[in-house]
Amino acid sequence: MSPNLRIAYRFLTAKKRAMLMSLSCIVLGVGLFIVTQATTSGFEKFFIRTILGTNGAVRIEDKMQDTMRSMEVGGYGSGFEIKQSEGYKYIEGIEEPKLVIDALKQFPNVMAVSEVVYGSVVIKSSFKNESVKVYGVNIEDHMRVSELGNQIVRGDLSTFSSTPSGALLGMEMSRRMQLDVGDSFILEASGEQRRYRVSALYETGVSDIDKVRLYLNMGEARSLLKKTTGASFLQVNLIDKDRAQEDAYRMSEVTQHSAKAWQDREKSWLQAFAALGLSSAITVSVFTLIAGLAMFNTLAMMVMEKTKEIAILRSMGYTREDITQIFLWQAVIVLFIGSALGMLFGATVTYIVDNIPLTITGIFKTETFVVSWNIWHYAAATSTAVVMVMLASLVPARRAARLEPGDVIRGTAQ
Amino acid sequence: MSKSDSIALSCSNIHRYLGEGEGRVHVLKGVTFEAERGQVYAIVGPSGCGKSTLLYLLGLLDRQDDGDITIDGVAMSQSSDADRTSARGEHIGFVFQFHFLMQEFSALENVMMPMRKLGKLTQPEMEARALELLNEVGLGEKAHRLGTQLSGGEQQRVAVARALANQPSIILADEPTGNLDVKNSNMVFDLLTRLAKDNNQAVILVTHNPDIAERCDQVKPMSDGQFV
Repeated sequence: MSPNLRIAYRFLTAKKRAMLMSLSCIVLGVGLFIVTQATTSGFEKFFIRTILGTNGAVRIEDKMQDTMRSMEVGGYGSGFEIKQSEGYKYIEGIEEPKLVIDALKQFPNVMAVSEVVYGSVVIKSSFKNESVKVYGVNIEDHMRVSELGNQIVRGDLSTFSSTPSGALLGMEMSRRMQLDVGDSFILEASGEQRRYRVSALYETGVSDIDKVRLYLNMGEARSLLKKTTGASFLQVNLIDKDRAQEDAYRMSEVTQHSAKAWQDREKSWLQAFAALGLSSAITVSVFTLIAGLAMFNTLAMMVMEKTKEIAILRSMGYTREDITQIFLWQAVIVLFIGSALGMLFGATVTYIVDNIPLTITGIFKTETFVVSWNIWHYAAATSTAVVMVMLASLVPARRAARLEPGDVIRGTAQ
Repeated sequence: MSKSDSIALSCSNIHRYLGEGEGRVHVLKGVTFEAERGQVYAIVGPSGCGKSTLLYLLGLLDRQDDGDITIDGVAMSQSSDADRTSARGEHIGFVFQFHFLMQEFSALENVMMPMRKLGKLTQPEMEARALELLNEVGLGEKAHRLGTQLSGGEQQRVAVARALANQPSIILADEPTGNLDVKNSNMVFDLLTRLAKDNNQAVILVTHNPDIAERCDQVKPMSDGQFV
């Protein structure tokens, strides 16, 4: 053990009570920082997993067409110009889905693509009528770009794929229409009515989806919606989902269709989660700030009490840097113990919170609190504590180093 | 040994002012002094004559406004703070009126503290030397007691042992017996002088005690910032 660390440790243990205040604030600051980040990012990740599992990483839709540009009338330099706002014009849907799918499959990050046809229909049961959206899919393809297979809560997908008139209904829709697996219902589109049977019920947890989305086999959907060719959109699954924005941009350039990454589709929700995470981090950082102030107070008091000891150390050959180190070591020891206990406290509370029952549906569905175990939460919590406590300790430590031993011993130290 | 080798410390034409503005006082007015190894010097004089100020300057705890100080042949007048600190650790031992022991440490650890900083000895060597010094000052059996568990006289004896820890060539003592009763004063003075002579060290002490001053090799009376 270095002489400075040894002296720091003894000074510290002689001031246990004062240091306990700083220590407990560091423990609380680090611990609560971890817990809040674990829960907010837990819910954010769960939300992202839900939207990736329902709407995929990238959605390709609407063909882009260049609009007419501004042009000179009467030749270049004539001074007469027909103004036209510039940009893209979108033509709804994808005319040649097979060609676009072939192009998309050339992207190394693309895992799977599913063709979807959709349109609005009216669903009629013996209970009530409602307007819903039909999604026509090839179920094998669609399971590769979504979590639909895992979202089935009643019935089974094999019945759906083997029955042309089979349909998959969201749980919310089935409740509103009072329909269960095996029940029949009528879909009406373009004045034509057809009877279908509920093959299975799914639940994504996103109420806007579960309430209005109804899946039919592709052939049946085309026939009902009178869309014999083309596709409404393509749902793309990626290997690395975080690269969706870059891939979407290139897909758009290559296919000349609009391509939207999940980050852009859900921008407002993601910003809300980010703001929530930041605000909770700032709130709990108050504890760390108090820890820093407590440390400043304790060390400042100690410098005043230990002026003679500082002078005698200087007379024995201890340098100004040694004196600074002796006081900073005290902060480091408290930080080390506080951060370790804080991380333990944070991990314990996170574990407990993870098991607290909490039913949430709407933007996702969960029965318990959702937490995220991430090493970076621990690193960020500790870094915040280190920055605040060390900055607060620097002032008294430097003040101690500036003391002139001659002045102290003469009794004139200020 | 030549005369220059025997000089542990010298200063010439030292001037020191204290205070600011109208309160500025010319405390030392061209003091010149030499201290030989193995000799004990007493600086005496009335309060405020500049004795302690001179001692702190000689101990490199303060900076003179003019004049030169040489420690073991090295001029320290223009030296950096780091060099002065290093010279203090290696060549100078201090004993103050109020011992200034580190109360959180035992007597043994207090004596080991200068040795730890100098870093020339291993841990067992440091312990052995500290114990030897404490035995010499008669506190071997109390080596593991904290400063708070020792009497005033005992604490000052520990401070003497601590001043001798790095075998410095110069011992500077500012009224080392000023806070002790007669019995303890004599004991501390005898210890200091005996150990310093055994180790061929120069001892410069500031004292108000005429009995102590008389027993020194040389007495340097001071008045109004000058030796008289």
